[in-house]
Amino acid sequence: MIIAEQKPLAEIHDMVAPYRKVLLVGCGTCMTFCSAGGPEQVNKLAGALLSENKDKVIDKTTTPRQCAMKFVERLEKKVGNYECILSMACGNGVQAVASRFPDKPVLPALNTQFIGVEKEPGVWTENCLACGDCILWRTGGICPVTRCAKSLLNGACGGASEGKCEVSKDRPCAWQEIYHALKRLNMLHYLKEKPQVKDWPIHPGRVVREDLREEVLP
Amino acid sequence: MSFREALESGKFLVTAEVGPGKGTDIEHLLKDADIIKDRVDAINVTDLQSSVMRLGSMAVCHLLTDMGIDPIFQVTCRDRNRLALQSDLLSGWVLGIRNVLALTGDHPTLGDHPRAKPVFDLDSVTLLEVLGKLNSGLDMAGNELKGAPDFLPGAVVNPGADNEAALDLQIMKMEKKIEAGAKFFQTQGVYDLDTFEKFMKRVEGFNTKVLGGIILLKSVGMARYMNKNVAGVFVPEPLIQDLKEAEDKAQASMNIAVRLIKGMKDLCQGVHVMALGWESKIPPILDEVGL
Repeated sequence: MIIAEQKPLAEIHDMVAPYRKVLLVGCGTCMTFCSAGGPEQVNKLAGALLSENKDKVIDKTTTPRQCAMKFVERLEKKVGNYECILSMACGNGVQAVASRFPDKPVLPALNTQFIGVEKEPGVWTENCLACGDCILWRTGGICPVTRCAKSLLNGACGGASEGKCEVSKDRPCAWQEIYHALKRLNMLHYLKEKPQVKDWPIHPGRVVREDLREEVLP
Repeated sequence: MSFREALESGKFLVTAEVGPGKGTDIEHLLKDADIIKDRVDAINVTDLQSSVMRLGSMAVCHLLTDMGIDPIFQVTCRDRNRLALQSDLLSGWVLGIRNVLALTGDHPTLGDHPRAKPVFDLDSVTLLEVLGKLNSGLDMAGNELKGAPDFLPGAVVNPGADNEAALDLQIMKMEKKIEAGAKFFQTQGVYDLDTFEKFMKRVEGFNTKVLGGIILLKSVGMARYMNKNVAGVFVPEPLIQDLKEAEDKAQASMNIAVRLIKGMKDLCQGVHVMALGWESKIPPILDEVGL
């Protein structure tokens, strides 16, 4: 799941200041699950914006997913009536909406943080950098590329203290976690394998599946 | 005698280190190096120590070679990708640098530009592999070099890792570093010889040279600070008390270092003394231990 947080209200006020009629659009998947941009947060943000500026017209809607064009299409009938779209999607959703409505300013109400999970109520942690070459099978299901602050591939640095990362005491040392997981799984030999160098992905990423492309179908 | 010759001679090795400061003023640093140059086999030059932006290691290493000192160029993976690392190594070679200490490096958050983009394209192990490759006349991509270096590669290990997992991980990585070509190891500061002895027993068959780390304790506050903030450094309370009760703190600190070096003489192949500005105390300490 993609995890995001709402931007500071002052920044959102600044973004929408030039516009009177605003369409506020929530997102029904990740943003709803991480309580950043679901229907509940849409209502709350609309209320906050209106309480600061009574002249504004803010209409609310939530699409199942702003990153899927078939759902973005559903906004088509509405957008004509508004000066801007304030999106409560992740950066991916904001861009999908912006690409579909190129003549409307599409403004991000959230700061997208990472791909992660809810660790405990109110706490989310990053788990995947989408690096394009998954090695979880030999790291005990714990990603060092993401969860080691230095993305080290060949074992721990010397910076951990009491099992915590040198970056912050609230982050466990991923390599010590990997060590414990591999030990439990009887797979410690993976730690002794030939050193790895990462081939970093080239951004922007692009996946082409020839088997799914229409032109190659018989 | 070069550091490589000293290493190969089998003598008990002594290295020290200097840390370039923030700015272009190098008078003090060169003076510190001059005080110890005839007493040590090599002097390390740190690479933006603690992730604080400073004068660079390569330039200072070069200045040390001008003084007849054989420097150890500390190279971290924090700030440079594989292109820049390889290029800086070649640059260091043509400037007279012959020894490299390959380190992962602290995270930028520990320093004075905490939101700098961390690089870590390579790590200490793969940097050692690259050193070997450059020495063989090839770059990391397999392209031939016109003129190859012949570096002596070294690495670090932290014998004071504070739990079983951390220590096992340190030792596994040490083995990888040896396999990747590290010819010597300098350790994090050691204050507890029993822990160090246990560590040395575990790496007994590794067929490498270990230089035990000695950090001169400049104050009680520094000891407590390190215990709290420096991973793998543990100053036992009795040592802190010795320092606290001593009238002459500098002498007490030197006595501690003497005791540790004497103990290390039977445990490992050398010492690496980190004086942190107290370079003038190194010659009398070495006199006392007969080195």
